[in-house]
Amino acid sequence: MQYLYYPGCSLEGTAKEYDQATRALLQRLEVRLTEVEDWTCCGASAAPGISRLLALALAGRNLAMAERAKIKADLLVPCSACYLNLKKTAETLRADPQAMRDTNEVLAEEELSISGKIRVRHLLDVLATDLGPSAIAGKIAFPLKDLVVAPYYGCQCLRPYPMFDDPQKPTSMEGLIRATGAEVLSWSMGPRCCGASHMTTHMDQGMQLSGAILAAARDADVIATVCPMCQLNLEGFQKQISRRTGQGEAITVLYLPQLLGIALGIPPKELGLTLNLAVTEAFKKRIAMNEDLPVLAVQRPETGRQPPCENLNDDEPISQRRTMGAHSH
Amino acid sequence: MSTAATHHASTTEEREANPLSVVQEMMRACIQCGTCSASCPNASAMDLTPRHLWRLVQLGRMEKIFQSHTFTLCSACYYCSLRCPRGLNPSDAMAELKQIAARGHIRQYGDTIYFCRDFVDNVRRNGRLQEMTLMAAYFMHMRRPTLPLRFASLGWKLQSKAKVSLPTLRRGAPKLEALFRRVEEMEGDGT
Repeated sequence: MQYLYYPGCSLEGTAKEYDQATRALLQRLEVRLTEVEDWTCCGASAAPGISRLLALALAGRNLAMAERAKIKADLLVPCSACYLNLKKTAETLRADPQAMRDTNEVLAEEELSISGKIRVRHLLDVLATDLGPSAIAGKIAFPLKDLVVAPYYGCQCLRPYPMFDDPQKPTSMEGLIRATGAEVLSWSMGPRCCGASHMTTHMDQGMQLSGAILAAARDADVIATVCPMCQLNLEGFQKQISRRTGQGEAITVLYLPQLLGIALGIPPKELGLTLNLAVTEAFKKRIAMNEDLPVLAVQRPETGRQPPCENLNDDEPISQRRTMGAHSH
Repeated sequence: MSTAATHHASTTEEREANPLSVVQEMMRACIQCGTCSASCPNASAMDLTPRHLWRLVQLGRMEKIFQSHTFTLCSACYYCSLRCPRGLNPSDAMAELKQIAARGHIRQYGDTIYFCRDFVDNVRRNGRLQEMTLMAAYFMHMRRPTLPLRFASLGWKLQSKAKVSLPTLRRGAPKLEALFRRVEEMEGDGT
């Protein structure tokens, strides 16, 4: 099994661990990835706010680079925003000959052209549809028993194109999570909006939306995500949100391939787990995570949950750590 | 939503004659059922509901539309586009309104416009987005001294995990200059 791979800008920066975990997991599952040569930004949500043609051209450039690749395969995209931009552009160009002509006229500046043939696939689609829970179940090294996982899908891998899941009641993550031995939290927040870039431009509203998701996940040990923006909103602002609402406990937020990778026995470092911003002490204890130990062992929780949540590579003494929130600084 | 929007890059003259024409075309078939408003996770923070906004678009009420902050509060979750019984794409229509505001340099939408502009400028220069330089440019343009403080804790955390790198200087022409310039020529836009 092989795919062309478009990481996107976030996966080189704030979502490095999503890239690391995706590559490590797919390698373990014997999937070959070929990174698209000289890829550039897909335009994110900003280009459509400036110009429609620019948005088509930025995403189209990457589709053209993918079409030019030596191997013929679907284009795998882990970031939901990149996925939607690339997918929407491919759909628009196929449906609209004038848009296709305009986009090709722009791409001619770089001696590129696009036919619109390439199939754009989200990482979750590939994991759930092409590989499926059985691919995970057959390779479990450390069953994640006693772990409750809240599957969080966000918006743009589900809507507006319902490609691999119910866009209002998604379930594609559930089989994968159960294959690890973990339980799936029953909740309705899976497809709800985290606020996306509101966290930058309309912070109050962003916190409202992310806060509602965090509050609904309080009975879970882990929130699993499939989008860098969802991940950052849910892990990076926990403390500020709980300070505002006066409630809310720290909760571990992992990318789905990190969670699956843990169960397959991939060393935490290869999954980039030290880069996450919200991993609770309870979670670390439960998976007996220690940077020096390449091997994980699953332990039963002692009592209850939610001791303080700290950064993994923190070396300050426990007594000095704060007892609330996801942040140690 | 199954069909892709099929409107085309409009020329400067068309835009100047009626800046709303593209959005009007997109929302012409709106029957004011309010499914978009009921589906919108940001509706409670909006001064006009999405349904109300689409009526004003149909009526061409530029002033009222751009006195409102409603379209800046769209987080592109696509619930409305998924559920619209007329098969319209209100999420993308919101993005079109952001474009109009950006072209018109409407000051009150500074947050959204500067963010989008600084973002694409960054990409024009570097090819791939540099998150750190984007935020620096955005803070500079917003000229609100307390704004960066709200991101200080997150910035520190990202820095301590080496997730944001200091800007690397690019020599020579911006990476995507040719592509951006061609887009501007084709849209007849000198900015």
